[in-house]
Amino acid sequence: MINKNLVIIGGGPAGLAAAKSAYDAGERDIVILERQSELGGILNQCIHNGFGLHTFKEELTGPEYAQRYIVEVQKRNIEYKLDTTVLSISNDKIVTAVNEADGLIKYAAKAIIVACGCRERPRGGINVAGSRCAGIFSAGTAQKLINIDGYMPGKEVVILGSGDIGLIMARRMTFEGAKVKAVVELMPYSSGLNRNIVQCLKDFDIPLLFSHTVVDIKGEGRVSSVVIAQVDERLNPIMSTAQEIKCDTLLLSIGLVPEKELAEKAGVKVSPITGGAIVDESMMTSVEGIFECGNVLHVHDLVDFVSKESEDAGASAAKYIKDGAKSEAKVSIVGADGVRYVVPHYLSKTASLDKLQLKMRVANVFKNKRLVAVLDGEEILSKKKQIVTPGEMESIILTAEQIKKIQSGEKLTLCLKD
Amino acid sequence: MKDIIIIGGGIIGCAVARELCRYQAKVTLLERRSDVSQGTTKANSGIVHAGFDAKPNTLKAKFNLLGNAMFDELAKKLDFPFKRNGALVLCFDKDELGGLKDLYDRGISNGVEGLELLDGEKARELEPNISDKVVGALYAKTSGIVSPYEMCIAYAENAAVNGCQFLFKKEVCSISKDKDKWKVRASDGSSYTADVVINCAGVHADDINNMVCKEKIEIVARKGEYMLYDKSCTNLAKRTIFQMPSKMGKGVLVAPTTHGNIITGPTASDVEDKEGLYTTYDGLGEVYSKSLVSVPCLNKRLVITQFSGLRAHSVSGDFIIGESSQKGFYNVAGIESPGLTSAPAIGVHVATEVANILSLDKKDGFVETRKGIPHFATMSDEERAELIKNNPLYGKIICKCEVVTEGEIVDAINRPVGAKDVDGVKLRTRAGMGKCQSGFCMERVMDILARERGIAFDEVEKCDGGKIVFGKAKGRK
Amino acid sequence: MKELICICCPMGCHLQVDDSDKKNIIVTGNTCPRGAKYAKDEVTCPKRVVTSVAAVDGGEINMVSVKTSDSIPKDKMFDALKLLDNISVPAPVEIGQVIVKDVLGLGVDFVATKSVSKQR
Repeated sequence: MINKNLVIIGGGPAGLAAAKSAYDAGERDIVILERQSELGGILNQCIHNGFGLHTFKEELTGPEYAQRYIVEVQKRNIEYKLDTTVLSISNDKIVTAVNEADGLIKYAAKAIIVACGCRERPRGGINVAGSRCAGIFSAGTAQKLINIDGYMPGKEVVILGSGDIGLIMARRMTFEGAKVKAVVELMPYSSGLNRNIVQCLKDFDIPLLFSHTVVDIKGEGRVSSVVIAQVDERLNPIMSTAQEIKCDTLLLSIGLVPEKELAEKAGVKVSPITGGAIVDESMMTSVEGIFECGNVLHVHDLVDFVSKESEDAGASAAKYIKDGAKSEAKVSIVGADGVRYVVPHYLSKTASLDKLQLKMRVANVFKNKRLVAVLDGEEILSKKKQIVTPGEMESIILTAEQIKKIQSGEKLTLCLKD
Repeated sequence: MKDIIIIGGGIIGCAVARELCRYQAKVTLLERRSDVSQGTTKANSGIVHAGFDAKPNTLKAKFNLLGNAMFDELAKKLDFPFKRNGALVLCFDKDELGGLKDLYDRGISNGVEGLELLDGEKARELEPNISDKVVGALYAKTSGIVSPYEMCIAYAENAAVNGCQFLFKKEVCSISKDKDKWKVRASDGSSYTADVVINCAGVHADDINNMVCKEKIEIVARKGEYMLYDKSCTNLAKRTIFQMPSKMGKGVLVAPTTHGNIITGPTASDVEDKEGLYTTYDGLGEVYSKSLVSVPCLNKRLVITQFSGLRAHSVSGDFIIGESSQKGFYNVAGIESPGLTSAPAIGVHVATEVANILSLDKKDGFVETRKGIPHFATMSDEERAELIKNNPLYGKIICKCEVVTEGEIVDAINRPVGAKDVDGVKLRTRAGMGKCQSGFCMERVMDILARERGIAFDEVEKCDGGKIVFGKAKGRK
Repeated sequence: MKELICICCPMGCHLQVDDSDKKNIIVTGNTCPRGAKYAKDEVTCPKRVVTSVAAVDGGEINMVSVKTSDSIPKDKMFDALKLLDNISVPAPVEIGQVIVKDVLGLGVDFVATKSVSKQR
């Protein structure tokens, strides 16, 4: 058993930023556990640009963005272990991990930051019928095959789902000589960023079919075609609209799911909406001393926001290690009327903060609305919104004064109003 | 030494092969695919039936009972996952309770032990997640669950260790008699001679029989579609939950798997295409809506995969087991449910009969037991630490959802009748069978397969003929 | 009048571009000056930063990610990408290292966006 003040699970953007800020908040006894052979997480395969506009005021590629934080971690001599997989964490903060060199490792931690990201929803999650042959990939798997391993996963491609990874992969496959025949989206809107629709599809005349889905996959051994059909308002396919598209590959970009299982097994309460933990303003979960940040907490649209949130978590964890827990009294923060969820889910009544960012996702595309904060029935804050979409995270930054006011209440509701 | 050829590497072919290896004979198994367990065996409910369902005095009833009784010992000897979890047959209509009693009576006359009729309340006490509408249930305590493909692989490995030769990608295209010997030709041009040919060809057993015998048989491929739920659903059912066949049709089952998932299905539709292992929009819809009748709280979003299997249904209605009119040509055909349950008994029966036909003596040194791949996921921390000390590859997690190590994958590839492709690794180790369905680990498994088998990364297949990537990108050397 | 979606940031502003007078292009719907510049460039000379990968010889991983050091005309993207098809960069590769110099004479390089060390 190794005693360690802070164990950070995951060396991707969330873990790196959390480590850096925990160090800067005075914590020195830190270890980052990363299951891959290098730090940086999923950013290593996200070779496209567009990262860092908020954090560094410039456009970086994924690996470059990761490198900025890797340098910071290395500068501080923060310990990290690669090729190391965490098997379990317990509610008394024992972290069990494994790697080739050390075998089974157990840490007794004072605080744990869970920053292990998310996974892609597999085909099973949306019950696409058809063959189970080769040639069906999650978009991220295809991305890794091309960008890291250097192999082409397909030549004629249909992409189901217009999430960002799907859009990025449409361009990536096109750049490598593949023909992307269509991007098929179940919803009447894309959950991806506008810029990606423009730069990855429109630039190459790749059709984006809204309110469509894949109803059959054909092929023995390898995919030979997929059948797509339009869906009705209740998202059920209209079989009379079915059309077959010849292709050898189907990429799935049908959503990301937080890797909640590690924390959940330690007793951490999970939100059924985000799929991640329920946390307070310090990113602490329902288990004292266990923090969550990044895509394991809720799926972000931009890595910049992951970094910011994780820096907060790192600083909070360092403070917790030093000062111990806060009082139990909390204001609950919820979403309603078009706001699906808000993170954090609670605000401690005694926390002393100069600002607090509330992050949220909306349930549909809304135009010309007000994003409103209601404290126990009283509207305390309103922000005009020309357009809000489910693909992009919305946020409100509360001032010290607003925070104090909220701390005197019981329930803060974020909602959309005309 | 007498030559015996077994056609088909499913659960029946492999069970027969293993039991025949007890005798002094040269046993060769021809399989058209590149692995065992590729047909009906890998895609079925995985139920060890108690035996109340089969019509009395049929081969199905006989082998069901015999087979069921063999599982406890066999699962220990061959080290495959098996659990006697019990089963409930649910009745939702007071007017149909008589049918439940009929099932009970049939079970008694088949010789099934541990049967009990329950009222709805009692049934819900045992299985709290079943529907409020359940008015009665038949409880069968001897029912069990097994991992069918792991059982098949265990049989195959044990047969191989005991001298059976496994030849893959051998699709039999003709069988003829040359003097006293059978000549079996495969479509790749190879041919084999044998004193006895045993037809265990599953849905294609009619094709094989009809090459040889005037007495034609007909095997219909009856498709069953399934949905498999994430392990977070594991507590929804402890026992196998059947629906009583009613005027509403046959119903589907909801059952735990030996690995802690929940399986629902199957549908039953006769299909022309004997290779048609695809699921359908309507079929999956039917599985889901019918499963909700038994367990209303099943959440479709927690499905991790769907699959379908083809049952080898004989139009005669019963198993076809025995030497045909052609001396030395032996059929084991029409082995549909309860075929998996019956397999151990069929294996022994067929081996004994064939040994009699050929007057074979038992051989010395038959290895009764087989040790499976050590499963890191289910070990204690002490066992894990010990394993890694001896082989550091067990410290490298490849599939994080199912906690499968590189050590296990290397073992799966290199053991007898080892894995040749990604699906082969999956069936043996569970790498890729978890929540992400191989999203994270497929490419790492491909890497290990390429290295261990000495082939190029882009030669690695998902399954037969299923290349995963199309060559190298760019100026790769 | 042209309709564009601004790609400068995730806001994705819907821009209206009146380019009837080439000397005086009028952009509306933007919420920042970058949007106006983007719209003007997009209707006159659309440019993109191109990202891809190049093969590495003897590296820890097979490929190194690269980008153009500045944006290049959109219609030159595929010609630029062809330059990466038949090269193999010896490991180690340093982040920022020039992989292809002066792409198509545009005064822009392909540079590595990642370091790749030598295979152990």
